[in-house]
Amino acid sequence: MGWASSRMMETNPNSNLETYLSAGDSSADNPSLTVEGAIANLKQRKDLGQRYYAAWWLGRFRVREPEAIAALLEALEDETDRTPDGGYPLRRNAATALGKLGDRQVVPPLIKCLDCPDYYVRESAAQALERLGDPTAIPALRKLLDGGVQAARQFPGKPHLVQPYEAILEALGTLQAKDAIAAIEPFLEHFVEKVRYAAARAMYQLTGNPVYGERLVRALERDDLQLRRSALMDLGAIGYLPAAEAIADTLAENSLKLISLKGLLEKHLENQSPAAILSPESIRVMQLMDTLL
Amino acid sequence: MVIDEEVKSLIQAVDKADSAEGLLEAVKALVAVRHEAAIPTLIEVLGYNNPGAAVAAVEGLIDIGEAAVSHLLEKIDGYNYGARAWATRALAGIGDPRALDLLLDAASNDFSLSVRRAAAKGLGSIRWSNLPAEEVLPAQNKVLDTLLLVSQDVEWVVRYGAVVGLQSLSSATAKTLPHFEKQILARFEQMLEIEPELIVRVRVQLALQQIEEKTGRRGDGGKDNAGGKGEEGKGKDLYL
Repeated sequence: MGWASSRMMETNPNSNLETYLSAGDSSADNPSLTVEGAIANLKQRKDLGQRYYAAWWLGRFRVREPEAIAALLEALEDETDRTPDGGYPLRRNAATALGKLGDRQVVPPLIKCLDCPDYYVRESAAQALERLGDPTAIPALRKLLDGGVQAARQFPGKPHLVQPYEAILEALGTLQAKDAIAAIEPFLEHFVEKVRYAAARAMYQLTGNPVYGERLVRALERDDLQLRRSALMDLGAIGYLPAAEAIADTLAENSLKLISLKGLLEKHLENQSPAAILSPESIRVMQLMDTLL
Repeated sequence: MVIDEEVKSLIQAVDKADSAEGLLEAVKALVAVRHEAAIPTLIEVLGYNNPGAAVAAVEGLIDIGEAAVSHLLEKIDGYNYGARAWATRALAGIGDPRALDLLLDAASNDFSLSVRRAAAKGLGSIRWSNLPAEEVLPAQNKVLDTLLLVSQDVEWVVRYGAVVGLQSLSSATAKTLPHFEKQILARFEQMLEIEPELIVRVRVQLALQQIEEKTGRRGDGGKDNAGGKGEEGKGKDLYL
């Protein structure tokens, strides 16, 4: 497979929409860094741009070496790379990368990041904690919902809310935070649609009640393409099988529909005995996928 | 060709559409009449950078079928990348052997995974009867080799497309070329062993089951190889 190996193997265990949408070919297919080079770039202090890129690169190529993890943990406390309004770009990339490496030792420092003054660091940390799947993160995530929907307002002068509610709700759902159900439920009525969908997604994961899956199915009919895309990713993540036809029919890119249907089928198969892998449901999903190629 | 007044006015509606939604509706209406006179307009829509309308136009062109092939092949070289990708998808859907060289190249070399996966599926459903008899076998050999190669693509969805293509090829050549089926089944068995993505392994199992239902033959596809977890391939390109 010479022709194929010239392309860099790309894998992504997270079907997070933002990750997907920002995945460009140019940088991803340019493996100009080596593992040693990336770690060295992350450790040096002269070129902030190189540090920032190296942090992303180590996550992207799943470099799980202790030296890489140590350097990323150090980057989580970085004070040098600052945006004009006080953000910590390097910390954001480091948190995201640590989420991809699958080493749960980094959970406590990521939990600490949930208190970072930079909204985007908190968001990256919440997403990373969701990926790592460690329930010890639940209380700290749950705490960010304090004040409930009342407190979940727009941050004055910024294009975001006071907390990264979408990421928080999604993480609580994935981490099976059953104790947080009462805290999550009111967010089904939040004034931001994506937050409502994140709440529906979490409620489905925590209760298995199809009412919440159906909310996401209805989101596939919204006029806003971004909302439809987001619902596709949510339905794939929760594996809501009755959504299969609606997913195939919604107006969005076939690539996203295929990823969503893949999520549905994988979730369905988790609960099947090996003999029932080719159940009528899984055949139905594959037939839909075939038509979307 | 005499164009009915109705088709003419539907074409005008596409030309005049001044919003994304309006364009989509106009294209859908034009597609619905399945008229050959719509072909140039539908091909033009592929270049508008409007994914919704392009999807509808591709479906319309596939529906019209062979009559669209020469238009598509004629236009495809002068196209920007996005429109080229859509045109390739239309040709893959039509399955006319005149597009064979283009599809063989697209399946293994195109930059976009959505073009590779569509071309892989399309290679499996080429209408062989449209090709002069002496050209069929060499062309089928090329398709088999290409699909076997594409079944090793880096992207899960392209490998999935290759499985669909191989299954169709096996079914199209079952009577004339029994050794094709043998090679395809052997590759499927191998994929059950080494394919990292659950969903691709399950699709292979489905292919094996359906081939067995047709022929009564089977490799060893019944054993459970679908367990385990692989990493998910990442989609790179949008709007396709």
